[in-house]
Amino acid sequence: MSSSGGAPVGRRVVLGLVGLGVVGVAAGDYLASLTAGVASSVSPAVGQVIPAAGGFRIYTVTNGYPERSTADYRLVVSDRDRRVELTYAEVQALPQSTITKDFQCVTGWRVEDATWSGVVLTDLLAELDVDLGGRPLRFTSFDGAYTESLTADQAALPDVMVATHLWNEPLSTEMGGPVRLVVPQMYGYKSLKWLDGIHVTSEVVPGYWEERGYDIDAWVGKSNGRSDDPVT
Amino acid sequence: MTPSPDTRLRRFSRAERAVHWGVAILVLILIVSGACLFFPLLSGLVGNRDLFKWLHTAAGFLLPVPLILAAGSAAFRADLGRLNRFTPSDWAWFRRSQRESGTLAVGKFNGGQKLAAAVTAGALLVLFGTGMIMYFAGVFSDDLQTGATFVHDWVSMALSILLAFHISKGLADTEALNGMMAGDVAESWAMAHHPQWVAEMTGAESQSESEDPATR
Repeated sequence: MSSSGGAPVGRRVVLGLVGLGVVGVAAGDYLASLTAGVASSVSPAVGQVIPAAGGFRIYTVTNGYPERSTADYRLVVSDRDRRVELTYAEVQALPQSTITKDFQCVTGWRVEDATWSGVVLTDLLAELDVDLGGRPLRFTSFDGAYTESLTADQAALPDVMVATHLWNEPLSTEMGGPVRLVVPQMYGYKSLKWLDGIHVTSEVVPGYWEERGYDIDAWVGKSNGRSDDPVT
Repeated sequence: MTPSPDTRLRRFSRAERAVHWGVAILVLILIVSGACLFFPLLSGLVGNRDLFKWLHTAAGFLLPVPLILAAGSAAFRADLGRLNRFTPSDWAWFRRSQRESGTLAVGKFNGGQKLAAAVTAGALLVLFGTGMIMYFAGVFSDDLQTGATFVHDWVSMALSILLAFHISKGLADTEALNGMMAGDVAESWAMAHHPQWVAEMTGAESQSESEDPATR
């Protein structure tokens, strides 16, 4: 057959691509942080449109995203028979802080130097005169499904934040806005989105993801069988 | 030889077309469900993450099936051989002036089609492999998983662009499309685009009649 003449270029292209794929997988950890660095130096927005450029990958456990305007937003803080309700403006009136920390997901992606603004959890509890006395916290979300927990010691960490802003922009709905929890030293699932409740409980109540097999104490690099660099 | 416009030439056997459309449907499901899982704006719009996850993995696992079955088709194997080999005419085809001169001895596939086929095959292999690394998460180290995710993301976006080009080319040429839909093309069209293939076909009539025992 005359068409069988010529070099087997097709095969070389296929094998070449497979070879590149193998190199990419082997070096991908390095390459991923390289592209993330390039993208974030252009604008953090790049990563928010194309997550492969080093942005947050957006997960939601319900259909679509729960929407709540800042006007309708309420944060309930409860301890036994005591119940306080805060508006978005009242959350913003609490002592404000800014932290810059890596954000590591249990599925492998990591966003470097995410800058969150809001109120540090210990500041919020102090302002409301909530004394944990060693008791844990349960966090709820207005999506109606997502829950999380922190022990008293974990809640006392200075970088656990009730955040309203990321990179100086109000949190979008996809990013868990208007108000979310941020626990940088733990895997991303602990950073509950669409926060609407902080409740003092007598014991740790496993959250949404913990009921699905993930570790309750979700320290980055020391849980879930992973060995990522810890976030400090 | 004068091409007669009414003569139809058999371009793709029934088995080849079944393989093409089987793979096409699976890849379409993979691209749409993958995009719904990947792009934050789209994820929020469509929701149903579990459904898209299931669709994406199911279609991914099924992808090799039509390709493995294809190995049973003599016509498919013959075309694979044609796609693999690059003749001097194929290299020349990549120059616009040469391509438009109408003097190239283009066979059943031109250089661009051969390159696109090889890139698609390579990309699908890479996507399948990296997909498996991501699916069987516990087996591979964290670094390899990050690497597989990185490769899977970028290769899938690149392949989607190539396939959009492939589809637009097919839709723009009804005769070429008919070759993959009904299986035959006008001899005049074949003479204009694939003269060497027409020479092959008419020079070996008996061979073309029995090109695919699998369809009998």
